[in-house]
Amino acid sequence: MNGAGLRRFGLGLIPWIGAILLWYAVRWSGFVNVSLIPAPHQVAAKFFELLTKEGLLIDIFASTRRVFLGVALGILVAVPVGFLLGWYRPARTFADPMINFFRALPPIALIPLVIVYFGVDELAKLVILFYASFFSGVIVMYEGVSQITPLYIRVAQTLGANQAEIFRKVIIPLTVPHILTALRVALGVAWATLVASELIAAQRGLGAMIQNASTYFLLDVIYVGIICIGLIALIMDLILRKITARLLVWQDRAIA
Amino acid sequence: MTKRAQFDKVSLSFDTQKGRLNVVEDVSYDINDGDFIAVIGPSGCGKTTMMSMLAGFQKPTTGNVLFDGRPVAGPGPERGVIFQEYGVFPWLTVKQNIAFGLTLNANHVPTAERDAISDHYLGLMGLSDFANSYPKHLSGGMRQRLAIARAYAVKPQFLLMDEPFGALDAQTRSNMQNLLLKVLETEGKTVMLITHSVEEAIYLASRIVVVTARPARIKEIIDVPFAYPRDESIQERSEFAELRSHIRQLVMDEYRAQQAQMRPVSFSE
Ligand SMILES: Nc1ncnc2c1ncn2[C@@H]1O[C@H](COP(=O)(O)OP(=O)(O)OP(=O)(O)O)[C@@H](O)[C@H]1O
Ligand SMILES: [Mg+2]
Repeated sequence: MNGAGLRRFGLGLIPWIGAILLWYAVRWSGFVNVSLIPAPHQVAAKFFELLTKEGLLIDIFASTRRVFLGVALGILVAVPVGFLLGWYRPARTFADPMINFFRALPPIALIPLVIVYFGVDELAKLVILFYASFFSGVIVMYEGVSQITPLYIRVAQTLGANQAEIFRKVIIPLTVPHILTALRVALGVAWATLVASELIAAQRGLGAMIQNASTYFLLDVIYVGIICIGLIALIMDLILRKITARLLVWQDRAIA
Repeated sequence: MTKRAQFDKVSLSFDTQKGRLNVVEDVSYDINDGDFIAVIGPSGCGKTTMMSMLAGFQKPTTGNVLFDGRPVAGPGPERGVIFQEYGVFPWLTVKQNIAFGLTLNANHVPTAERDAISDHYLGLMGLSDFANSYPKHLSGGMRQRLAIARAYAVKPQFLLMDEPFGALDAQTRSNMQNLLLKVLETEGKTVMLITHSVEEAIYLASRIVVVTARPARIKEIIDVPFAYPRDESIQERSEFAELRSHIRQLVMDEYRAQQAQMRPVSFSE
């Protein structure tokens, strides 16, 4: 790491240190019952205990896999659907209210129905995550695609491009940024929906772990679960951002 | 002389929220093979709209726009267009932008030749140092030159140029003008050029179409009495100066007409 990178890393660390200090401060302030807030070091200890003795990695893996599959399937469908809706204005006027209707429904509210139709197994959890990813992704896609200016297509036409060439050489490059944004948004939403999806009789998974802990009032475990979800979501987003930056070097961005 | 393109009693109006907007009205003129037509008129009068009918992006409301005797049905590579907004592809490097047309099936350029052709136009436009840069790193004038290079590279027989040198400094602009004259000499193209510069119109064109404030009607069509090949010395000739003051007067009249039209709108609110 070079000097500038090290400095950025250091700067990025400051708010985290601040958050931990604040956490201690709230405990020591006496405003809140100390037994209701496990200290950061206690949570860290719990983390290692769960990691070594209770198979925390299995939970992490189970949840990550669910999110991954849900997002992958959701985006796989959202990209073509969002593209068509963005490209054909009549399709959009037609489908827009419906998409907004379904998007507004909180996944938790759908759980009873999902259980009725899809049972309580892995499939049911995937359906919830798919639902959340699809509707958040499809909107990003069609908003983005509908913003594409006809200028570049016109230029290509005057240079002699046929329909297939326009699609391959103009429309796809212009769509890639929107696919990546849709992916990022869907990933965020899917992590936010994970706990809800694991309300459905999950054995393992971070959401399941949190729920079990809440039954026994194990606050430190709940904290570990929440922090794990946040951290993994953060790491995935960072990776995706790196990939985006690599793929979209051509983009003129305010932030490098 | 063969007629390449014809505007035949062409009118075009747009439906807008405020009602119908007449943009082009009863325009008729022919463009013959080898002609260099310059179109000049006040901003917003309908020049780009007129050109885009010939490019194939807009259909006349009444009348006909013909290319090679047939109504224009859509865009095609035989009519190269340099857009007012440049339209350089931001996701391609400078060199890839120039090569874009060469990679299309319609142009039948063998793979082995593409590289040399793009390098040639890179050099002509003074963009060699930026071959592998993305357009976001280019200045406005460089983008404009890139758009020109990309259009020249596929060697269209008919060039539609919408204020192609507008963003260039005086020196580069005159280089580009001379380069265009040289390209025309060797490749024998037909050109329709929109410009705001009276000097540029006279220096380059064989015929100048002066259009009125919106809706664009033909105010006057002027034959430029200088033979090709031309060089800058014609700008010293007395005919040049006379023509210039005549056209300036026409353009100025239309500019005033346009201001008079706009005033009640801009000050009443
Ligand atoms: N698609 C459209 N819908 C509605 N109005 C339009 C459309 N395209 C152009 N216009 C209007 O038509 C008029 C002429 O536009 P045009 O672009 O042809 O002008 P121009 O002569 O090229 O101007 P400039 O010299 O500034 O480039 C403008 O008032 C513009 O607002
Ligand atoms: Mg214009």
